[in-house]
Amino acid sequence: MKLFSNERPEIPIAHHTKEDGSAWTIKEKLWLGLSVTEYKKQFFRNPVNWFMIMLFAIGIPLILGRYAFGLGWVTHASNDYPWGLFLGFGLFGMVPLSASGFMLGTTVELFGRKDFHSIERLALLNGLLGYFFAVVFLEIDLGMPWRLPYPMFVSLGPAAVLFLVAWHVATYLSVQIAEVLPAFFEWIGWLKGKRIIRRYVLGLTVAGIILSTLHQGALGALFTYAPAKIHPLWISSNFTWIHFFVSSIFGGLSMVIIASTLIKNFMGWRCDDEFKDNLDYVTIGMAKGASLAMITYLVIKLVAVAHDQEWTYLLTGWGSYYMLELGVAVVLPMFMFAFGVRNNWVTLIRVGAFIAAIGIIWNRLNTALVCFNWQMYQEIPHWKEVWITVTIYALYFLTYRFIVYRLPIVYEWKGEK
Amino acid sequence: MKKLNRRSFIKGGLATTAAVTVLKEKKSAASGDFDNYPEGMGVIVDLTRCVGCRSCEAACNKEQNLPEPEVPFDDFSVFDYMHHGEKRRTDETAYTIVNRYNPPEIDHPLFRKVQCNHCNEPACLTSCFVNAYTKTPEGAVIYNAKVCVGCRTCMVACPFYIPAFKYSSAFKPQIMKCIFCYDTRLKNGEPPACVEACPQEALTFGRRKDVLKIGKQRIRETPGKYVDHIYGEHEVGGTAWMYLSSVPFDKVGFDTHVPKEPIINSVKEFLAMVPMVLTIWPGLFVGFHLLATRKDKVREMEKEAELKKTKENDEKEEQA
Repeated sequence: MKLFSNERPEIPIAHHTKEDGSAWTIKEKLWLGLSVTEYKKQFFRNPVNWFMIMLFAIGIPLILGRYAFGLGWVTHASNDYPWGLFLGFGLFGMVPLSASGFMLGTTVELFGRKDFHSIERLALLNGLLGYFFAVVFLEIDLGMPWRLPYPMFVSLGPAAVLFLVAWHVATYLSVQIAEVLPAFFEWIGWLKGKRIIRRYVLGLTVAGIILSTLHQGALGALFTYAPAKIHPLWISSNFTWIHFFVSSIFGGLSMVIIASTLIKNFMGWRCDDEFKDNLDYVTIGMAKGASLAMITYLVIKLVAVAHDQEWTYLLTGWGSYYMLELGVAVVLPMFMFAFGVRNNWVTLIRVGAFIAAIGIIWNRLNTALVCFNWQMYQEIPHWKEVWITVTIYALYFLTYRFIVYRLPIVYEWKGEK
Repeated sequence: MKKLNRRSFIKGGLATTAAVTVLKEKKSAASGDFDNYPEGMGVIVDLTRCVGCRSCEAACNKEQNLPEPEVPFDDFSVFDYMHHGEKRRTDETAYTIVNRYNPPEIDHPLFRKVQCNHCNEPACLTSCFVNAYTKTPEGAVIYNAKVCVGCRTCMVACPFYIPAFKYSSAFKPQIMKCIFCYDTRLKNGEPPACVEACPQEALTFGRRKDVLKIGKQRIRETPGKYVDHIYGEHEVGGTAWMYLSSVPFDKVGFDTHVPKEPIINSVKEFLAMVPMVLTIWPGLFVGFHLLATRKDKVREMEKEAELKKTKENDEKEEQA
């Protein structure tokens, strides 16, 4: 895109009308204002796209195979490990990293911190896409994906934790769509829709907080159904849900820091000056919030060990692994954040965010796979399962990029608003 | 106004106490004290009697129309089968299996039959978000494939690793598990196929409370033969299928670390929080919003007040 945006002043599109006063059509907006040959040219000179093509060449047939021949064709069909990577990574890992929407929605709309305005839309989009693709992962994993609405409308089991997860993820997904829609309405030029949503923004934000608290926690509470299967250090019937909720706070913030870093470095043409100029400031602000959430998390982790009388476990091999997880995934990035905030060292914060996000996924995989059946053998996922997981994640990446290329997420729409 | 004398005070007091007692009793009977279908059926499995003939496996296979096994039921090499260091378990082709153990304490092997234990408060049932499981008054935990979504939470929740998933099917996958022969036998008061097939009377079928008594009687009447414990009497809140053994249960493949309470009890901590969050959060956070944005309003008001003051001062000066 750099190729064209330097030569042609009307690109990237940020206005309803072209230089000569005529209006952009939706089709032209979708093609980024380029001709088909130009679009192809920019597409194929990007090495990331070549990598994606190779990934999908094998991934798509594998996904089709999963639907044609059953889950047993792509996984080890384990009865001892009912949940593998699709849920361990896709649901339990993606959802906490998508807590960004409610975090920044709350900061800006509820607490009135307008200084975080420039990052709000990116955080909302990050949340929406993360949840949406968690559902996509679920649709790969469910035995009967066509029955997804059953817990809502056909046969209800309201006393189950998963019932709460299903309902809350579904409602929260709708809330997040409503929160991201204003950007879409600006882009297509339907301002009435934007005004309607604006009226309900406080309600949507509060709904977001309630739904997030409960279903982030509920994902942790799901594991309390297996108190005898998961290593005691990773499960606590009193505290696991709080662990999952609190860790989603710094997980979501870290993910926004990562996304904004990638966008700033590889999509500079799309960002406007407000976004670029404010980015260091908001990154430091988010790191401050994340480090506070991290120290809270560490304290509750400690309380859980004390409450459940698990000190002796800390001296075992599993205990060392537990300390390693907390040390690398939480304590290290926490200090990186704190040091970065203190010394305005934004690069350190960005590296820390990367570690923290990987750390969240590591924690969720530990709970769902590594420390699950800790007295049994260790399940290593089938290569097809890994490939499909990476393919769906790549699809998430492409969708994310597709939207940020076009909608006013990291830039302000210059036409009427 | 009617005067309250000593007699009427005592009368009223007694009446109130009586009313409270009656109401209280009623209430406690209505909640919490659910007696888990006291007439439910159960089976006691005596490990000392089982010879590992696998007749129960064969009978189950036939009764439940399961696929023909790769290894015939009279082939005992299956006892040596190991997968990931684990002995055989129930799967989509077998609702029950028998495993052999060689505990060092005794000079002969012991055999353990595995099938659904039909818990009093089943974890599979309480974890299911589409209500696919039912605990019938007869004691069976049955499953409805018509509403199952295939999320496999029941498999995660089951402390005994019983439910299996039909991973091989793309279009009609479902949970595969022992249903106590509910449809074909238990409903009519008959014992399940495996019990009927057992040539050693290792399996005793009857009301749960009765077979529990039989188990206790055996322990009492033959001192030294059994360990003084019936596995399933209290494990995860009690199960319909229970076990007697001559060696400690952990030596014959039983998980002795499962909680004594029903699995759902460890989830209740979270479930109790849900209504609190739902009711407290909205008010709390709208309150936060008002507090957070109050500063701007206060600033505006202060400005106005200042303006007013300066105006008044100006007027006073003018008057002076």
